[in-house]
Amino acid sequence: MAVDPRLDSPEREGLTGAAPAEGYQTLREPEDVTRAPDGTPEDRQPPWRRDFPIDWPADQYVARRDFGRFLVLTSGAFVAGQAWIAAQHLVRAKRPAPARQRIAAPDDVPIGSAIVFTYPGPNDRCLLIRTDERTFLAYSQLCTHLSCAVIPVVAEGVLKCPCHEGFFDLYTGRNIAGPPPRPLPRIQLETAADGIYATGVVESST
Amino acid sequence: MNELERPRTRAQRLTIIYGILCFALILVVGQLWLLTATMNAFLAGNGAIALPGLAASAACLLLNLGLYRYLR
Repeated sequence: MAVDPRLDSPEREGLTGAAPAEGYQTLREPEDVTRAPDGTPEDRQPPWRRDFPIDWPADQYVARRDFGRFLVLTSGAFVAGQAWIAAQHLVRAKRPAPARQRIAAPDDVPIGSAIVFTYPGPNDRCLLIRTDERTFLAYSQLCTHLSCAVIPVVAEGVLKCPCHEGFFDLYTGRNIAGPPPRPLPRIQLETAADGIYATGVVESST
Repeated sequence: MNELERPRTRAQRLTIIYGILCFALILVVGQLWLLTATMNAFLAGNGAIALPGLAASAACLLLNLGLYRYLR
């Protein structure tokens, strides 16, 4: 019996390993197959779902990519915030030092009390506190938490923020209790014959 | 067909995307911490870390953009 020499002849199929071409076709991944949410076959789906099929795996795949875009956008927004802080830092570095300014005469502030003044700008409210005959202290009146006005309680040695129960040490300005994250900015003072002068602002993080 | 040239399945692509998203999320959380710390220091009168903070945050953004290339 003559053997057909062609490799894909029916008689030689098993001997040569020749197989139907569709045997090597890549199987579709189960996740790649569009399916309805209830899992039933397409021919048993209602007409509206056959008309408007939704590929749920593909839909979720795109949603993850959208989330990635959102993350990159957020990352860009954070860089913009950092750039704004850096710009403010450069502006502040070029700003001239605040001028020397007379606040009051010593006799204008009774012992154990305080007066309000503005320094260095007309909207920067500060406190000048007199704790004894010769000790004057001055701080910004804005709480470092949310900028409420702090109240000096000289008898207890604290400055109190009534908004959220924040406390600062009267003698150092340090934040000692409550939500304030930083000490109060301290106003540098100079005592002269004709009164008490503000000469600068010292901000600190500890 | 070469093993490396075989197209990735959706499941494999999803694994890669999950990895990319995890990296991007970690970078964004790091940037949030950096922004908070920089703002706190700036308000306390210490603006010296503003420019290094900007550089670090911009580096994170570049990394995120590099990762994002694989998501498109």
